[in-house]
Amino acid sequence: MLSKKERALIKEIWEKLTPEAERIGSEALLRMFVSYPGSKTYFSHLDISPGSAHLLSHGKKIVLAIAEGAQDISQLMVTLAPLQTLHAYQLRIDPSNFKVDKSVCFLELFSHCMLVTLAAYMGDEFTPIAHAAMDKYLSAFAAVLAEKYR
Amino acid sequence: MVEWSDKERGIINSLFSTLDYEDIGSKTLSRCLIVYPWTQRYFANFGPLYSAEAITTNPNIAAHGVKILHGLDRAVKNMDNIKTAYTELSVLHSDKLKVDPDNFTLLSDCLTIVIAAKMGSAFTPETQATFQKFLAVVVSALGKQYH
Repeated sequence: MLSKKERALIKEIWEKLTPEAERIGSEALLRMFVSYPGSKTYFSHLDISPGSAHLLSHGKKIVLAIAEGAQDISQLMVTLAPLQTLHAYQLRIDPSNFKVDKSVCFLELFSHCMLVTLAAYMGDEFTPIAHAAMDKYLSAFAAVLAEKYR
Repeated sequence: MVEWSDKERGIINSLFSTLDYEDIGSKTLSRCLIVYPWTQRYFANFGPLYSAEAITTNPNIAAHGVKILHGLDRAVKNMDNIKTAYTELSVLHSDKLKVDPDNFTLLSDCLTIVIAAKMGSAFTPETQATFQKFLAVVVSALGKQYH
């Protein structure tokens, strides 16, 4: 559960990071592709080599969606409705499933790589409290995305 | 058996030879207790844990974090035989400490993030992947003797 304070903190962080959406998003994706090569299979239709136009634009898209969700976390189900359909029916990306071996939960793996990216970018500012709030937010985000799977 | 390329060995050795154990160790354990509060159940006798501030300034937690981090030295010195090297520690965590092995992954995720925060962009995707591979092997070895 995200407290009022945590929601405000998340909103503030993503507002600050929005100008860097392309850089942060593409880095998080790249980290995921290098650590978990299986995740690349969902991008076989794109050129996702480091620095590629596709990687930058796709990373930006993802961060902007996360930042938009952060504006009003209580409305995540509404904000993410179109993305839910996309991920579940069209993309069919393996959703986070807390009981399964991590190697098959790509939404969760992306969340982890996003946390690493934020830590590398924010340094000390990525405090334990910010980390905890962000982890909870990204889990909630991924859970909503996975809602329509079955 | 786990295969390590020369590059991977180099990355791991370099990372640990420049590691500030006091700083990273204390930060990692306290972060784990804050981000995953249920892990506090193993530290009931360590003093105040009632807030993030209390945890971060708790000297017992800090000292224990450093101890845990040094526990990884064994793996760095025995990269080709991590499983055997951790037999004793695995038995300790299972029989005496009674730690749910799922928590090892949580701690290693926190360690990754603390190191990323310290190294910034020097913690490249490749370094991250190698470090995570290393930690996964240690985590697996620590869970091996549970019965």
